[in-house]
Amino acid sequence: MIGAITLLLVFQLVGEVVARGLALPIPGPVIGMALLFVALCWRGGPSTALRTTAQGMLQHLSLLFIPAGTGIMLHFQRMSDELLPLLVSLLVSTVVTIAVTALALRFLARRSDRQARTR
Amino acid sequence: MSASALWVYLAASPLLGLTLTLLAYLAASRIHQRCGGHPLANPVLLAVATLVGLLWLTDTPYRTYFDGAQFVHFLLGPATVALAIPLHAQLPRLRRMAMPLLLALLIGSLTAALSAVAIGALLGASRATLLSLAPKSVTTPIAMGIAERTGGLPSLTAVLVIITGVLGAILARSIHRALHIDDDAQRGFALGIAAHGIGTARAFQESEQMGAFAALAMGLNGLLTALLLPIVMPFVLGG
Repeated sequence: MIGAITLLLVFQLVGEVVARGLALPIPGPVIGMALLFVALCWRGGPSTALRTTAQGMLQHLSLLFIPAGTGIMLHFQRMSDELLPLLVSLLVSTVVTIAVTALALRFLARRSDRQARTR
Repeated sequence: MSASALWVYLAASPLLGLTLTLLAYLAASRIHQRCGGHPLANPVLLAVATLVGLLWLTDTPYRTYFDGAQFVHFLLGPATVALAIPLHAQLPRLRRMAMPLLLALLIGSLTAALSAVAIGALLGASRATLLSLAPKSVTTPIAMGIAERTGGLPSLTAVLVIITGVLGAILARSIHRALHIDDDAQRGFALGIAAHGIGTARAFQESEQMGAFAALAMGLNGLLTALLLPIVMPFVLGG
């Protein structure tokens, strides 16, 4: 487990160095994720330890958002001043985004399936 | 040690904030399970509400709490890296669906940002709020970076991102049902674009495949939004 955690941190660290070194607008952990993905494709998959550790961590992904979420108490003033635009915008935009993305992907996937079959 | 001296010690040490975060999460998860995994009993929502209530009642500043909770917050980094593993498990399907996924990403990513800004502007939100709203569908660390770059308020963005994630996690199942989207890859991808890590956490509760596609969508949406918004926002808001 320690080995797996170290590996994740090393990839995050490399991602951070790449992001800052090249002044990319992308956060280090996302670059680390992309690099680990490439490494896994290269090596043909994760070790058992890495897979188990990642599963354990991702199972509790919700936990990791709690500290930042609690920061809502710093913004009660602005939130109550602009409650209506914020609430309606977040709600409608989230519903529309889920619907549009799912419908678009279904349409595009069916189309590419048909093309693959007729080819 | 008197009660107030004890409080001074506890307030200065990370122990209390850290323990409270874990306790709130465990309690919220238990309630979530008791409710049969109902989306409304979202663990992030329950835990945040508990903690806000507790801090407010004890008059504890957020900073004091966060000094301890930051150890949990820090794990967002390695957890993001770890998303590569379920993603890799979907490699064959990814190869087959590459084009549809990329096009849906572009459509979903622009919909997420532009619809939020358009509705906010229509209802009279201030410019700083609009700029903080734009990256609301992107995972917290990326969204805060984008807000900083475009002139929004990073800490407000973090909160809007989390509200968005909770909303997406709560609503996704009904929306998919109403539209008869029954493919786990499509459901996960849409949830990951709209509701980032909290949506992804929700997706993993439904199935491994749905989680993997949510993780993919979240990662790609983060990349694309970070590249697009600094270019698009000045046009949208006029300078």
